[in-house]
Amino acid sequence: MKTLAKTAAIALVAALPLAPVAAQAAAPAASQAEPKVTLQSDVMAIVTQTDEAGNQTTKLTEAKEFTPGTKLSFGMNYSNSGGETATNVTGTNPLNAAVRLAPDADPSLVVSVDGGETYGTLDTLSVATETGGTRAATHADVTHVRWTIASIAPGESGRIAFPVIIR
Amino acid sequence: MNTKAITRSLFAASTGAALTLTSPAFAEGISAGTLIENTATATYEDGSGPQTITSNTVVVRVDELLDVTVTSLDPGPIASTPGEAVLTFEVTNQGNGPEAFELIANPTVADNDFEAAIENIAVDTNGNGVYDEGVDEILTAPQSTAVLAADEAVTVFVIVTVPNDVTDGQLSQVELTANAQTGNGPAGTVFAGQGEGGGDAIAGTTTASATALGGLRAGVTILELEKAVALADPFGGDSAVPGSVATFTLTANIVGTGSLTNVTITDAIPEGTTYAPGTLTLDTNALTDASGDDAGEASDADGISVSLGDAAGGTTHTITFDVTID
Repeated sequence: MKTLAKTAAIALVAALPLAPVAAQAAAPAASQAEPKVTLQSDVMAIVTQTDEAGNQTTKLTEAKEFTPGTKLSFGMNYSNSGGETATNVTGTNPLNAAVRLAPDADPSLVVSVDGGETYGTLDTLSVATETGGTRAATHADVTHVRWTIASIAPGESGRIAFPVIIR
Repeated sequence: MNTKAITRSLFAASTGAALTLTSPAFAEGISAGTLIENTATATYEDGSGPQTITSNTVVVRVDELLDVTVTSLDPGPIASTPGEAVLTFEVTNQGNGPEAFELIANPTVADNDFEAAIENIAVDTNGNGVYDEGVDEILTAPQSTAVLAADEAVTVFVIVTVPNDVTDGQLSQVELTANAQTGNGPAGTVFAGQGEGGGDAIAGTTTASATALGGLRAGVTILELEKAVALADPFGGDSAVPGSVATFTLTANIVGTGSLTNVTITDAIPEGTTYAPGTLTLDTNALTDASGDDAGEASDADGISVSLGDAAGGTTHTITFDVTID
């Protein structure tokens, strides 16, 4: 399955600096004046390196290994290839059951722990316990990640990512 | 606009998809071969209303982690006499995919007082935790477990022969190694394409190889017998004259860490003497001369015989009887 990831990564490199070729080709003929937002998802490996001075740096590399405990970055590359600004962009990313949100995810990330029924930052959410009570939600409880962008101008692009760990 | 309705229907669809992807979660994680898919959807507004788009789907396959542990199930060194002894181990597949493990038993371990000979490696076929000869399968070369599911454990017996020349209390260890059949090596070693479901197999933190030591303690128990005699003549002295009484004392020392079974001490009445009836004792307790009523019997013709039964190492028993010189 590495080939899929690799293909996605290559497509991303091509798409980021320029107007996406594929998106242009697929655009309806008469809609150039409208916003045209495309999403390209990818999976990258998060590699943490420690230099001689003990400083830790992390970088994204092509994901090669997918073993339990491996930390990955689920990324979403967006771009607007249309002629108008897109507003109120809300992205939703259901999390596969085989991964959990990593504990170092941005605390301001808006998530759901109930299959997408309700959303909030993790510290505001709770889950039911087997004994009928509730407990504070943890990163492992997250079922969906949501992100919002007020507007994407024509030609604008960016990447949104969050870290996950294979269960 | 009403994005709420749209997004909710999307969530319902994605939740349904997620449920079909649930895989059994094991101690060391999600099963090898599981496909992890990731797709995002987004809604946005343009001049004409809400639009919904879906990203491509990225699929990755969970690789197979190769990990194994071996544990000795013996409570301590096995007390063993020369001959067959059985060491018990547990081999556990700590990885996230099905894997068989090659087994290697090595009797040469540093600081061994003696070296046992490896006879066989067997698996606990009937699952009772005890080696049953003829029931539990003896592995043939290359010795290997069956394919164990993730988290599955199997009990393995190493059958050895303790040599005849051991002395009591000597210690020896036997090492059992289990190697993942796919391969082993430092953590992170990749066996490309050899994982469950076609992904990679990757050595985990155990290096896909594990060892454990089982111990043997030689229990050689012997009987040391000492015989002493004290004379008492009819005149208050200790000379050997007709009518003198000789008191024989037999001291049986059971030496060693094991025990002896069915120990019987016998002694003949010396030529030229006559057994003094009713003088047989064991550990200062009187025994009758008759047979069958207690541990001892005695007669002038047959001598004395005292049964000690099962005697544990470290114990001492004293038998006395008197004879008179003819």
